[in-house]
Amino acid sequence: MARSNEALRRPALEGRAASHAWVSVTPAAPASRLSLRTPADSVGAVSKALGFALPQKPKTSAQKNGRAALWLGPDEWLVIDESGSEISPALGKVKAFHSAVDVSHRNVGIVVSGPGAEATIAAGCPQDILLATFPVGACSRTVLGKIEIVLWRTGDTTFRVECWRSFSDYAFTFLSEAARDAAV
Amino acid sequence: MLLIRCPYCEEERPELEFRHAGEAHLVRPGNIAEMSDEDFEGFFFIRQNPKGLVYERWRHVHGCARFFNAVRDTVSDKFVTTYKAGEKKPVIKGAAE
Repeated sequence: MARSNEALRRPALEGRAASHAWVSVTPAAPASRLSLRTPADSVGAVSKALGFALPQKPKTSAQKNGRAALWLGPDEWLVIDESGSEISPALGKVKAFHSAVDVSHRNVGIVVSGPGAEATIAAGCPQDILLATFPVGACSRTVLGKIEIVLWRTGDTTFRVECWRSFSDYAFTFLSEAARDAAV
Repeated sequence: MLLIRCPYCEEERPELEFRHAGEAHLVRPGNIAEMSDEDFEGFFFIRQNPKGLVYERWRHVHGCARFFNAVRDTVSDKFVTTYKAGEKKPVIKGAAE
């Protein structure tokens, strides 16, 4: 039997996709992620290292050059970088007190897109996610069915769902089933 | 579903995102090692549990994850007000002291 010396890495949702008339559910591209905790007086220094200002208002996000910071709590952010660059080295030089934990492989992203995206998410999320109350760029940690997710609206009809890796099968199946019933 | 206002998210959120966390404004005594068993029992186990308006701790566990305090009516389940942890206990007419 042939043996390989290389570890084989498979994304948790490799090859899965659900496409319906009104909405599509697809795994997001791999990204590097950071769980960031920063007291108020370090926000300036951390923002500078990240390349843009951390959002300060609840339910808001900020992004620049493929890197986004999502407000999760008064001193807590989820940073997602889809540009392919690692985030941790830039923050390693910051002297101001903060905590940055690389959670790139803890989370799995799922993109829900199409006119039925709102209805699909609403099948399991109790929050009011209409455009008026959850505008483009809004983000929040919340609930989807039985699991906790981070929901981020990236467009009028596009959402990104971030869940923990071990919940990704449940999340994806849940969203695929919901997408089947979603109509506008 | 109940909508609970989180003072940190500055918004009403569905109750599924929250978790109850016991009676609020309990002060931990500084001399626990010297306390009598009866006094410790009073601090540790005995709660008021009145009917009507109660001061409670809640946690927005599936949201901003912060603890905060709330005044809730145990009869109607209505939330009278919510406020950040560490803020002064609001005086509410009809609430037990």
